[in-house]
Amino acid sequence: MKKILFLLIGTFFGIVMFKSEAASWFRIYEMFHFKSFHMYGIISSAIATGVVIVQIIKRLELKHIEGSSITFVPKDKGFIRYLLGGIVFGLGWALVGACPGPMFTLLGAGFFPILIVIAGAIGGTWAYGLIKAKLPH
Amino acid sequence: MNWIYNTWPWYVSGPLIAATMAALLFSGKNFGISSNLRTMCTVLGAGKSCDFFNFDWRSQRWNLFVVTGAIIGGFIAMHFLSNNPVPNISPTVIAQLKQQGFKSAGSSYLPAELFGNGAFSSVKTIALLLGGGFLVGFGARYAGGCTSGHAISGLSNLQLPSLIAVIGFFIGGLIMIHLLFPLLFH
Repeated sequence: MKKILFLLIGTFFGIVMFKSEAASWFRIYEMFHFKSFHMYGIISSAIATGVVIVQIIKRLELKHIEGSSITFVPKDKGFIRYLLGGIVFGLGWALVGACPGPMFTLLGAGFFPILIVIAGAIGGTWAYGLIKAKLPH
Repeated sequence: MNWIYNTWPWYVSGPLIAATMAALLFSGKNFGISSNLRTMCTVLGAGKSCDFFNFDWRSQRWNLFVVTGAIIGGFIAMHFLSNNPVPNISPTVIAQLKQQGFKSAGSSYLPAELFGNGAFSSVKTIALLLGGGFLVGFGARYAGGCTSGHAISGLSNLQLPSLIAVIGFFIGGLIMIHLLFPLLFH
């Protein structure tokens, strides 16, 4: 396992999250007020670029560094889990202005109260695991 | 090179996020940050009493390195690539936030009211941060992914479940901002 490689990719990602301000609570608030194109521009240009990248990989059957073809696992079929899970996620995302990537980016940037958010996120993940059998999927 | 110290434009940031996804795909992995929260639960022992967490976390070690990198990236960006970074949000939004009690709007990267040093001694702030984090963690696992896994990776692969999840993200965000914020902050 190439530890340095994943560390570098993560570092790059953290820098982009911070410099793009996708990690800023204020930008998330602004996004949900539709008062600036900035966050929509980030998301849509990321997806547009991503679609092209995935198509190139698929059509040219490109391989990854371990030698096998890059494969894409389709998401499990479903509806209610994606909608309800998504809504719960969105409620939290807007409240703390951070999704998982930015949580760790902000920790590195020195905003230590984000540790409380991370603790909550781990707790929420744990709670899901404990009660998932009782939830509609 | 001065532009590096300013806000990175959306048309640079977006493609760079897609590049992150590409780098992970070419590394034989995938771009999905919230899985790390599940791995962390397993590392903490959740697998002993719950099947969902009963897997070999070492197989997911690569992603823990990605997330550690994100921490380093935040450090580098804040201390070496920024000079008092303040998002240039719209004046209308700043005025609105000040009305809701967020006096730090327009003068800091994060609201001091929630993320300042006083956070650790305010019961309300701790409750909001813990609760908000809980919702993110629970929701991401229930939906099987967060913004990286669904909005970026899933939609790049034209996955309908990811579109549903992203619609859910937005419904939840709008409910929180427009219906619940007036109750939580005034």
